[in-house]
Amino acid sequence: MKSKKPGYDRYAKYGYIFSIPFVVAFLLFSLYPTVYTAVIGFTDLKGLGMTDIHFLTDDLFRNFKTVLSSPSFQQAFKNTVGIWVANFIPQMLLALLLAAWFTDRRSKVKGQGVFKVLLYMPNIITAATIAILFSGFFGYPMGPVNDLLVRFGFTDKPIELLRSKAVARGVVIFIQTWMWYGSTMITLISGILGISTEIFESAEVDGANRVQTFFYITLPNVKTIMLFTLVTSLIGGLNMFDIPRLFQDGKPDDATLTTSLFIYKQAFSGSYMYNRAAAASMVMFVIIAILSAIMFFVMRDKDEAELKKQIKRQQKEYRMRQKAGKENA
Amino acid sequence: MLKNKENRIMKVVIYVVCIFLAALSILPFWIMIVNATRSTTEIQQHAISLIPSSYMMNNIKILLGKSFNPAVGFMNSIIISVGATGLALYFSSLTAYAQVAYNWRLRNVFFSFIMVVMMIPAQVTMIGFYQMVYKIHMTNRLSMLILPAIASPTMVFFMRQYLQPTLSMEIVQSARIDGAKEFMIFNRIVLPIMKPAIATQAIFSFVASWNNLFTPLVLLTDQKKYTMPIMVSLLKGDIYKTEYGSIYMGLTLTVLPLFIVYFLLSKYIIAGVALGGVKG
Repeated sequence: MKSKKPGYDRYAKYGYIFSIPFVVAFLLFSLYPTVYTAVIGFTDLKGLGMTDIHFLTDDLFRNFKTVLSSPSFQQAFKNTVGIWVANFIPQMLLALLLAAWFTDRRSKVKGQGVFKVLLYMPNIITAATIAILFSGFFGYPMGPVNDLLVRFGFTDKPIELLRSKAVARGVVIFIQTWMWYGSTMITLISGILGISTEIFESAEVDGANRVQTFFYITLPNVKTIMLFTLVTSLIGGLNMFDIPRLFQDGKPDDATLTTSLFIYKQAFSGSYMYNRAAAASMVMFVIIAILSAIMFFVMRDKDEAELKKQIKRQQKEYRMRQKAGKENA
Repeated sequence: MLKNKENRIMKVVIYVVCIFLAALSILPFWIMIVNATRSTTEIQQHAISLIPSSYMMNNIKILLGKSFNPAVGFMNSIIISVGATGLALYFSSLTAYAQVAYNWRLRNVFFSFIMVVMMIPAQVTMIGFYQMVYKIHMTNRLSMLILPAIASPTMVFFMRQYLQPTLSMEIVQSARIDGAKEFMIFNRIVLPIMKPAIATQAIFSFVASWNNLFTPLVLLTDQKKYTMPIMVSLLKGDIYKTEYGSIYMGLTLTVLPLFIVYFLLSKYIIAGVALGGVKG
């Protein structure tokens, strides 16, 4: 047992050896592309198949300025944030409501397993397929939605629904909510089930009703999970691509254009502006990096933080006691 | 008495809402599958029907007569998803093991680093990645979609969280006394211990890889290399413009494998989501 400590260190080199594949792959496929993207943002690289880079000589930040002042990018950014907010609020509210119902000790909802499986299902299906499916549903002149509208007499003639910005955006928001509330609900349920049942029992004994229990016990206890969901959802939302691309490809009139779609279109269509796409990517990169940093502080080993606090408290107490001891002496 | 009545009303409300939401989950796919069996004329007359018709084979024939090739898409997607998932699982477990079992100086720095880069999506660095791959003439190579999976920070994080309380160093020590090499200990002893975590991560990694559209769309231009989601995007093009029946057929074919996987593994998938952190 005595030799444990030096023996342990003898194996330390394997920590490095076993991390090599990860590090090499990360440097090659993540870090290098990141740096390279940043570099391209400062160059004149454009045109299909071009790879030679020349730094801009007149104004190094020209691409960034062009992108940031481009109405199309500004619209895309507004859309991205707007669509995310409009999908996240109903998604979270619905998930909270369902989670509260499913974990309620008094209602004891039956068939929860089946409901969970069905409500989560859209999340697992290819987003590309869902986008095209919904695009078909709203088809003109004969899509299922128009069929319903005509059949139930809401309108005499089919309407070209997707020419309306509000409808197109609304459908994207609906798809996002529909695909994600099940996932959020299940995460919240597992969070609520992690709360000690004693708290709920004593609340019940104290005569708290459902609403009170929810607001005073359930909600405060799942705050961290909600924050985690918020940040991961926001980062995912900032990268929204598949659905806007295959639903209406940003149309009508840029109403469903997202930043990811903007970047893709700049780089891989028209005049292949790799430099501008790279500059836009870096803008998004910085925003996401800041969000990740927030996440990092939230998810940091909570026990560790708690331990540090405790140590500090003990040190303080110790000092106080010493002081008191001195005074007594 | 009053409480009881209130409880019963509450229950009815809950079930009504849940059944409505469940129907909302099923209905779009139901319409899709039914329309896949109907002729274009039938769909044009009434685009919604809950009863299947008999044009399934005809729709398949029209579908396959054009550029949509589900067999090729299926094979490519399988190769990429299996390859990427396999690599991600093995090397994430290895990296996580290095975190938990060994006491090396840069360990904590490395872990903090993993947590910081965990959330950064591949999309924002795609221009540099594309340029790099293009320069070395590796676009249209499936390996470029597989190899990056070796570095999967999110998976390393979850593997570490699983391994930390599960791995007992005594087993490792006794294997060392028996003369086992470190690498063999990982392969023979640690990997089997990690089976439950590997199974959960395998499902989500596979599905994420299967559904990925962005990277393949950027890298693959050769029709023979197309993945399933790119095949799906062809259905939106001009070639199938009015062949509604075949479009629905194509969509159905692409999600069929997912439905099968989902209903076979739904128990594990739901449990996996409950563990958290599988957000896209």
